[in-house]
Amino acid sequence: MSRELAAYRNLKDISREEFILPGTSVCGGCGGMEALRLAAKVLGDRVVYVNAAGCFTLLAVFPYTPFRGSWLYTTMGSAPAGAQGVRDALDVLIARGKVRPEDDVQVVVVAGDGATYDMALSSTSGAIWRNLDFWYFCYDNESYGNTGAQASSATPYGARTPTTLGAERRKDLFEIWRAHRPAYLATVSPRYPVDLSRKFEKAKRFKGPKLFLAAAPCPTGWEFDPAKTLDYGRLQVETGLFPLKEAVGDGPVVHTYAPAKRRPVEEYLRGQGRFRHLFEPVKQAALIARIQEDVDRYWARVEA
Amino acid sequence: MKQMLTGNTAAAWGARLADVDYIPAFPITPQTEIIETLAQWAAAGEIPARFVTLDSEHSMLTAGGAAAAAGARVFTATSSQGLLYGFELLYTVAGWRVPFVLVNVSRGLASPITLEPDHNDVLAARDSGCLQIHAETCQEVFDSILMAYRIAEDPRVLLPVIVNLDGFSLSFTREPVELPAVAAASIYLGEYAPGHAWIRGERPMAQGVAVLGGAVYSYFRYQMQLAAENALTVHEEAAAAFETMFGRRYGLVDGYRLDDAELVLVMSNSFATKGRAAVDLARSEGVRLGLLRLRLLRPFPREAIRRALAGRRAVAVIDQNLSIGLGGITVGEVAHALYAERDRPPLLSYVGGLGGKEISDQEFRRIVSDLMLAAATGETPPPRLLFTAAEARQMQTLLSIAGKEGAG
Repeated sequence: MSRELAAYRNLKDISREEFILPGTSVCGGCGGMEALRLAAKVLGDRVVYVNAAGCFTLLAVFPYTPFRGSWLYTTMGSAPAGAQGVRDALDVLIARGKVRPEDDVQVVVVAGDGATYDMALSSTSGAIWRNLDFWYFCYDNESYGNTGAQASSATPYGARTPTTLGAERRKDLFEIWRAHRPAYLATVSPRYPVDLSRKFEKAKRFKGPKLFLAAAPCPTGWEFDPAKTLDYGRLQVETGLFPLKEAVGDGPVVHTYAPAKRRPVEEYLRGQGRFRHLFEPVKQAALIARIQEDVDRYWARVEA
Repeated sequence: MKQMLTGNTAAAWGARLADVDYIPAFPITPQTEIIETLAQWAAAGEIPARFVTLDSEHSMLTAGGAAAAAGARVFTATSSQGLLYGFELLYTVAGWRVPFVLVNVSRGLASPITLEPDHNDVLAARDSGCLQIHAETCQEVFDSILMAYRIAEDPRVLLPVIVNLDGFSLSFTREPVELPAVAAASIYLGEYAPGHAWIRGERPMAQGVAVLGGAVYSYFRYQMQLAAENALTVHEEAAAAFETMFGRRYGLVDGYRLDDAELVLVMSNSFATKGRAAVDLARSEGVRLGLLRLRLLRPFPREAIRRALAGRRAVAVIDQNLSIGLGGITVGEVAHALYAERDRPPLLSYVGGLGGKEISDQEFRRIVSDLMLAAATGETPPPRLLFTAAEARQMQTLLSIAGKEGAG
């Protein structure tokens, strides 16, 4: 184990220095923001965040930016292509002696699941295929959060949204990404900051695509008390619904945390407005059982 | 020394002698020869630029804009459907105020899908904030690319420039092209050292940020309008410097046998060459016809057009484009330029050359006779869609094969 990884043993090992400063317009209790704040502590200030349209687009509103690094908003569908342009430009300008090597930055795509799972798949696929040396941070709040939590293809089965009744299972983005054999990919949760920090630190070793799917409990879209973001973040993982895992290149998927005894999904579903119809006016036991079966089947494969 | 180059190869040479840093690409007919040429030069180490094929024109223009935002000199090229696929970025990157050059090889838009030229593709981008130079010859393609970098990178402008050439009729036509020495091109352009847009570890910057409120939004949009207006002056400076160094002079508009012309055709791009032939033919028959070629489409050189057309007895605009439900696009813009002119001529409107359709001598004759009638009566005939009897007969044959006899 490298010295850097050994450095993240517990919360005290996480830097107290902030690289994303407070006072932004994101909702109170934004789980995605907490995940990004933790990631930024590992990435530092020599970064450019290349953003796709979504909740986080409103982080930088003229004339303010909360980032100690740089920022470039692109479009909803093409942030990875923006990362490509910046990375290529810095590489060629450094090679031509027009930019000093010490002015180089890490290029980090910041995009929500709405962009990531659907519109930006083409540009993401291209960037991974070209083995672009970049980071991808997807804050997965399981909906088009910024427009009112309409369904995206990350929306889980059973969740009611303003546009759907929750009949579809969410896409398995981790496996879609993994099929490209990126240098590194992982899922992270802001409720598991040591696991998150270790993964970002580990990914620094790799040149190429470093892809992170961050659980982003969303009080506004999922309809729960903003004070409970980390409670839902914990339940998301402890029920097994959001497995914490990683893979290096074409290596195996490694689960970095497996709940010793998984909590019933009902504990997670109950209390979120988007699942209220599973409990009121009458309990939809069959639907809840189906969600539980999906989780059990996943972990049965993992544990087999 | 002159070389025989296609319009596409002339465009590639424009990028090469502009010493660009970055070339994001995506192939589309009839642009491919440009990017194939550049890819081969990059692979052979003949140019220092990085060449990357993206997954779409949308990504290509994003990568190009982002690279320019990071301080690189960027060249890219597309056509037709590709321009439309990347359309969101035309507005986006223009708003970033990043100067780069995009060559568009004009091609008619689907549907029906076709390959040959008209200008609906590039004119769709006319409101985007990208400036537009439309070229008639292969030499002008090359020269305009050099000038485009100088204009785009000027601190008074800082907007992308689209250089347009017609697919097939120019992209695949060889003409003699004079290429300057590398050193001369380098002196003309200088190094791109942006003072407004960069991505650097030591100097972080937020770009493309959101705004809240119409006043803030309007401020930045008005800045773009003022910058585009500045480009009229900057173009003239760039043209003067170009003439001093290379001996060729380009105006905001281009005139042919205009001095004593009573009747004027207004055209653009490579079909203007057909217009020149029509002028010569009419002149040989004693008709004082001239041609005004639109070259700078954005910013629209209203004053230059007003000066060129005021006092003529009649003017016909031949639009190689069609705004469905309106008619020709540029005729309205020319009318706008002339409206405040007391001595404004009758303005006739024709649509022709769509999808590369020929504009025949017969059609030009008809336009000239319409012009003469308008000059004599002061009456303006209704807009016309050019189509010959022979083309109508050919179409009837195709319709009958398709089992649609009697249609049309």
